[in-house]
Amino acid sequence: MMEQNHFEVLRPGINSTFQDKGRFNVQYMGLAPGGAMDYQSFLLANILLDNDKNTGAIEFAYQGPLLKLVKGKTKIVITGNVFFKIYSSNGEIIGDPYRTYDLNEGDQLDILATKASVYGYLSVEGGFKLDKFCGSVSSQPRAFIGPNEGKKIEFKDKILILKNSTIKKNKIIRDIKFESKKIFSVLPGPQFHYFSTTSKKKFFSTPYMITKQTDRMGMRVIGASLENLINSNIPSEGIIKGAIQVPGDGNPIILLSDHPTTGGYPKVGSIISSDYDDLIQQNANKEIFFQLVTLEAAEQQFALYLEKIKKKISNIEEI
Amino acid sequence: MIKKITNISDQGIICDFGEEVNKDINKKVISLFNYLKEKSNKDEIKGVYNIIPSYNKLVVHFDLEKNNSHKLKEFILSIDIKKLTTSQKNKSWTVPICYDDEFALDLENLTKSLKLSKEEIVNTHLKTEFYVYMIGFMPGHPYMGDLDKKLFTSRLQSPRIQVPIGSVAIAEKFCIVYPYLSPGGWNIIGRTSIKLFDTKNLTNPCLFSPGDTIKFEKINKSELK
Repeated sequence: MMEQNHFEVLRPGINSTFQDKGRFNVQYMGLAPGGAMDYQSFLLANILLDNDKNTGAIEFAYQGPLLKLVKGKTKIVITGNVFFKIYSSNGEIIGDPYRTYDLNEGDQLDILATKASVYGYLSVEGGFKLDKFCGSVSSQPRAFIGPNEGKKIEFKDKILILKNSTIKKNKIIRDIKFESKKIFSVLPGPQFHYFSTTSKKKFFSTPYMITKQTDRMGMRVIGASLENLINSNIPSEGIIKGAIQVPGDGNPIILLSDHPTTGGYPKVGSIISSDYDDLIQQNANKEIFFQLVTLEAAEQQFALYLEKIKKKISNIEEI
Repeated sequence: MIKKITNISDQGIICDFGEEVNKDINKKVISLFNYLKEKSNKDEIKGVYNIIPSYNKLVVHFDLEKNNSHKLKEFILSIDIKKLTTSQKNKSWTVPICYDDEFALDLENLTKSLKLSKEEIVNTHLKTEFYVYMIGFMPGHPYMGDLDKKLFTSRLQSPRIQVPIGSVAIAEKFCIVYPYLSPGGWNIIGRTSIKLFDTKNLTNPCLFSPGDTIKFEKINKSELK
């Protein structure tokens, strides 16, 4: 039998998993939606390769994998603020994110680091060969869900690629700006009134530091604690990513894509959807601020967010 | 019925059925859940990501590109929940449980705090017909009730860092089963080997559904798989 096109993993990276947009209509079973943390970067990777929008990509955090293309010819793209190199018979080049590259048999792709950010994405033309569960390839290692029983990508793994590259030209988005966002907008949550006015005033005016206790499930921040006047437990209710729950100790936890499906802590608010991709890209030890906004403002920001993505897509050039 | 509908996100609303936690209220939540799920499957409600029923709340997570809070609130408030009928059939399950000391990590302590013997606790637990209020927290994890008043108890002072898979535990008026290795603060009274979430089962991975009923059946350690 002919060997299938594939990468071999020479170094897995710190937290490399397969992700797509996530799972829908599953949360009532206790299964979190999951999916790419930075949806926008994930989406642009597939669009640059003319892939179906929801094609599974490799998501990595901080340090990505070192991959060797053992068999086949493929076109790749990396998105996010990422430093990477390609080693081929012609020597070594430093790659640009948001630009597609051709890889030939024997070439190596070395995803060294995300710069002043956390997550990046690697997508290949036509996609990886991955099994879906409940309509998605997204991995949730804790629940053994996803390709290869949800395991993170490991040393020596063989990552199959569905097809040989057929697209001749390469593409690029030139004007990607990596801005460092400091202020994040928050919509009041169902238990907003549980917290004292004084402590909420502090929450919306003083800095919070992102702690190292941050992963795909949640982000713990440290700052002025929120004083609960009513009850620090509620009957468990459904959670949506971005929710800011506050346990009895008063220290907020922002729930992220692999969040528990339900939670019994009061929620002071939720990060607005248009700020989510930027929030999860913030490094530990960084100071951020929260500002209170209305639903109307959040909806307007979301429309702008979609506009910005469309603009990036329309700026794609052939090279 | 629904007391109020508020936002839980700019892409999510929460229908609040009141403060109380009881089967009657939960059944209303579940019937609205089934109705909305059907409507969404037929694409009569646009852009629904997930609908999440819990004890006395229903969350609808949607794509703001295709729908919005205002439209959804209006639609849900126009529904007469009392008149909803559902084709969903609830099931009855028997769940094997071993109450041996090596699995029932908190049974000894409960005899002191509840002032009941082990046999009394076990027999009371076995007598109860449990109702599944919701599945949540992690895949397949059921929240069941109501316990007999004699077994009402608070959570552990300090939660365990790791609870063994299949542990059956109680707190307040509820009973749960841990389907995965996880931290947990409930009082463990036994162990089951029943698989609550099976990723090999692609059509119906989750064993229980909200509204199902469950009775426990005592088994020996040797019968625990």
